[in-house]
Formats: sequence, structure tokens, C-alpha cells
Amino acid sequence: MQKKYSIEVDCANCAAAVERKLADLAGIESISISYMAQKMIVEYADGVDESTKVKEMLKVARKIEPDFEIEA
Amino acid sequence: MKLKRSQKRDLRNILIALALFAVLLLVRHLLPELIWLHAILAVAAIYVVGWGVFKRAWVGIKNHQPFDENLLMAIAVLGALILGEFAEAVAVMTFYQVGELFESIAVGRSRKSISALMDIRPDHANLETDGGLIEVLPETVELGSIIVVKPGERVPLDSEVVEGVSSLNLAALTGESVPVDVAPGDAVVSGGVNLTGVLRLRTLKRYDDSTVARILELVENSTMKKAKTERFITRFARWYTPAVVISALLLAVLPPIIRLSALHLAPMWGDWIHRALTFLVISCPCAMVISIPLSFFGGIGGASSRGILIKGSSYLEQLARADTVVFDKTGTLTRGVFEVTEVFPEPEISSEELLRLAAAAERYSDHPVSESLRAAAGPIAEADTASDAHERPGEGVLAIVGGQRVAVGNDRLMKALGLNPKGVLAAGTLVHVARENRYLGCIEISDRPKAGAAAAVQELRERGVKRVVMLTGDRKAAAQAMAKELGVTEVRSELLPTDKVTELEALLKQQAKGKTLAFVGDGINDAPVLARADVGVAMGGIGSDAAIEAADVVLMDDDISKLPVAMRIARRTVAIAWQNIAFALLVKAVCLILGALGIAGMWLAIFADVGVMVLCVLNAARALLVKNL
Repeated sequence: MQKKYSIEVDCANCAAAVERKLADLAGIESISISYMAQKMIVEYADGVDESTKVKEMLKVARKIEPDFEIEA
Repeated sequence: MKLKRSQKRDLRNILIALALFAVLLLVRHLLPELIWLHAILAVAAIYVVGWGVFKRAWVGIKNHQPFDENLLMAIAVLGALILGEFAEAVAVMTFYQVGELFESIAVGRSRKSISALMDIRPDHANLETDGGLIEVLPETVELGSIIVVKPGERVPLDSEVVEGVSSLNLAALTGESVPVDVAPGDAVVSGGVNLTGVLRLRTLKRYDDSTVARILELVENSTMKKAKTERFITRFARWYTPAVVISALLLAVLPPIIRLSALHLAPMWGDWIHRALTFLVISCPCAMVISIPLSFFGGIGGASSRGILIKGSSYLEQLARADTVVFDKTGTLTRGVFEVTEVFPEPEISSEELLRLAAAAERYSDHPVSESLRAAAGPIAEADTASDAHERPGEGVLAIVGGQRVAVGNDRLMKALGLNPKGVLAAGTLVHVARENRYLGCIEISDRPKAGAAAAVQELRERGVKRVVMLTGDRKAAAQAMAKELGVTEVRSELLPTDKVTELEALLKQQAKGKTLAFVGDGINDAPVLARADVGVAMGGIGSDAAIEAADVVLMDDDISKLPVAMRIARRTVAIAWQNIAFALLVKAVCLILGALGIAGMWLAIFADVGVMVLCVLNAARALLVKNL
């Protein structure tokens, strides 16, 4: 399942770091963050609950970039 | 210039800090012995402008993600304060924030100018209902609805004209500024602006499947497919910062120890720590990390304003390195429309007469060949009324024209009639004509090259494309004649659609390392080939789902001369990215060396850091300017 989100991320370096961290999460097949477009595309593994995953991603991302936001 | 709220806040903080900085310099000059006052002013300024940096640094430590520029800046500034370098401490923090603010503004502007370039999103549709016209969101319009587009409005959904005549400006889609005329029965794509008349349209697609939505989606997603250069720089940033930090640590500790133990000199701790702090200020890879994606984003945005859609930064890079371009012939280099190119009459008849006869006999046929004959012959006279026409599939037509039996067709038809057609050396398809069993001559019909195709091939060569190959299903003679006209040197003819993939794979094997192969097709029968090539370029993206789907680059208006343009944009974008990398690395390297030697202090370091970023960002912004490419 592929999903696209609008995100808020303030620096290019943090975007890259967040992308790296989120890619390691279980249940995420691949992820791409575009700092320029402020968009994130996530490919979930089968059977993953999206809303819990989004919460988890947000938590991980905010450890690196406290102002990180995910909008549907 | 409009700033976001957070940007305004940052700007205000910077201005306050600068004011405090000025006071600090003044106080230092007038009252040099009041150290405690200097310290208070410096701390106040740093607090105002840099509190966020310290907060982020702390969050990083707490989450075991310490190596970010916030922490480094925090250490450098604290270090400078402890060493009593108050002015430097304030300057480092303030100019670092100036750089951050500039970055944020530049990115915002670039994003805005690209969305302005891609300003094709319709805001409403005028839906025709029983209760008259109502304005609705394009997303809510059902398939087959009737909508009305007034002059000045944007066509919201892909539709068909039911009523009305007008011209449409498709510049935002194709980069082509000449308006396109439409009349009832014509298909219109969403995104075009209606210029003259009111149009009633029946929608053919829902908004999500319409051209506009697909293009917007594509451009938005294009930055997701990151270029190798981008990946290189994020990987580089990952070890660059820790490496500089470790060097800084060694610089602070090793030289004093060596001086003390081996050389029996004073250790000069303060001096070396100062140099180490200078290192930390240079450790931020910001200039590169921001300017590389900014360049690619600009290149993609600029290209789309010229009617060239590039589906990812990586394809921009691939296109820049292409040294082999493979063309599919029909619909790409040629128009895919047949035309009479030459008439070879027997001595007893004139060319016009021969054409007239052939056209009359073929009058009722809708074969493309017949159409081209009729187009060449002009209006058919009453006397030439054909009757009793019947088509012989795969051979031609037999008909009675002006009371005489006329046969128009290929070699096989002539032979079946017991005639011996003249062998003419021609590149195109030959149509023979006979009357009352007498051979009268033949007409050559061929596909015509697109305007600008030869020039495009020529330009590709001038831009360093080494091999230009044409693939076609045509006969060898026809293919070679066309290739010669276009200036293409390598031809693979008489290919079936499946052979094209095999040919392409053979060509891919012969590619030099680091160079790529681009395939250009019309996206109709060549999806597998488009997908197999390093870069698949599809012609005529408008309305053709297959092309948008399979290709990496879409030339929106069928115009082959856009290919060299795309290549120039790609090359320049990549060049800009590398200029930025080289420039930033060079300046940082020089600053690190000067810093280690104690020649450059923190002042130079922070100006170099912010200056490099500003210059790189401005350079990256050039990628967006593609008007004259």
C-alpha cells in the first residue's frame, strides 16, 4: 500500500536524516521524503495499520526534527 | 516579499541580535574594561537569536542524535563565550541564523515559482444542471456531465466539445504559445485556457484521471526519485560532520600535548581550542545539502514550463549523460501521415492525369493511402465519377472511372492483372495505376519527416551524442532513405514490435560505462522499450495515458525539437549541482586549513559558511531559468 502525505520539515539535512530513520521502521517497505515538495511517500508492508504507523513515524521524526508534521 | 510568520519572527530576532551586537561593539570600544557588561550583552543577543539552536541541540543529545549542526553551533558559541570572545560568539550565532532564514526563504520562493509555472489547476467547473449553471469543484463532476467553459476560464476536465467554437491556449501544458482551434467533436484536454468563444463540453474523464491532475501529481512526485548526486551528498553529509568534529577534538588536544611533552613549549590551550571551535563552525554541510535538491527541483520545474515533464531528478541526471539516442521512426521522427512524394507516369500520360485517375478510383476508400492520393489530386471532377468500385484487400482497388476500367494497387494487383509494373527505385510505398489493362505508371507515397526532426538530430550530435539510431518496421530501402534525409546514420529496419526490445538490449550492452541510452518513442506501441531504456522519452504526452505511464520524460507537444532542449536543461542542472558541490567543498577545505593554521578565525569561518550557502542557493536558482535554453 502506497500513501502520500504532506509534511512540514524545516531543513534539508533533517529531512534526509528523518528519511533514513523512518526507512528502518518495521512495516515500512520504502519511504521517500522530498524536502522541496514537502511531501512524503510511504510504501507500507501488507497488513500494517496506517494510523498507528503514522503516529510512530511522527514520534521517531520528532526526535530528529521537533517541528516535523505529517498531514494526511 | 511576503514572509511566513516563523520567518518574520526569525527576522525580528536577528535584527534585535544585530542591534545588541552593535551596542556590544560600541561598549567594547568605549568601555573596554567592563567585561561583565560585554558578557551580558553577548549572552542576551545569543539568547534572543539562538535559543532555538540550543533547544534543538539538547533534543538531539536526549535522543542520541548528537551530530547535527545545532549541537556544533551551540558548542562553538559556548566555547567562544568561555574564551571571552564575546563579539565572535554573537556573530557566529547571528550569521548562522541569517543563513538559515535565507535558506528557508529561498526554498519557499523556489517552491512558489514552480507552482506558478505549473499553474494549471482549475479552481471550478460550470456544471450544467436542470436548474441552470452551477459552479462546482472539478473533483465532483461525474463522467459524461455537460460543463460550460467561458472565455478566460480554464478547461477543468478532459472533455469533448459539444457546442461552440473557440481557441485554446495550451501554453501551460506544452510550452507552445500558438493557440489551438477547437470545434464540436474535438477532444480538449484539461489545463488549457479558453480564449475566444463559450464552449459546451461533455466530460470524458473524471478529474483524477484528467491530464491536469496527472501532470500535477507527476511533477509533485518527481522529487521523490532522487538523483545520484543528491544521494551522494546526503551520504557525504553523514560522515562529513562527524569527521570535522573529530578533527576539531584532535586539534584542540593533540598540538598542545605535543608542544608540552615533545617540544617543551607552552601548550597554548586557548589558542588551539579557539582553532578547534573555528572547525566546528565550518562543520555544517548546509550549503550542499540544500542547494543540490534545490537545483534539481528548479531544473524539473523549468523544464515543465517548456512542456517537458521529467518524472524524477534521477532521470534528469540520466538524460544529461546520454550519449546514445534511439528513435522510433513513425510518430517520433516522422509525422506518421502519408503523403504523395513523387509521381512516375508512363510517357503517354501526365502526372496530374495519373494522380487524378488514382484518386478517383480510390474515392470511396478510407485507407490512409487513398486519403493521401485524394489530398494530392485535389477536388475530383464530375466526369471522373467512379462506379463499381471494389477493394481487393492487400492489393488495391478496381473501379470504373469515366467508363473505363481502372486498377490502382501494389505489385501483386498488377501481376494478377497480367501487367508488368515498372521497377522504380523509390524509398516509399509504390502505388501502380493501370487503365483498360494498360500500365500507366506509379505514385510514390511516403511518410514525411517532422518539421525540425533533422535539426534536432543534428543538434543532438553537436551536443555530444555519439550514436543516433533509428528503429522501424519499414522496408530497408524506405528506412534508409528516411534516415539519410534526417541525418541518422544507424538504422534497424523491418523490425517487429518485439524485435525493438531485442535491438535496444543489444545497444544497451554496447554502452560505455557512465554513459546512458535514451529511447524516444510515441508511447503507443513501445511501452516495453521505453521502460527498458536508461531514459524513456515519450512524445505527445497530452491525453496519452500510456506515454505518461511508461516514460521517464514526456515531451508534451509532440515536438521533437524539445529533446535537445530537455538535454540542455538536464546538462545545465547537473552542472549547477556540481558547481555547488565543488565550490562549497573548496571553500570549506580552504577554511579548514586556514583555521587549523590559526590564520582564519571564527569570523572568516562563519562568513564563509553563510556566504557559500547564499551563493550556492543563488546558483541553484539559475536552474529554474530555462527560457532561452
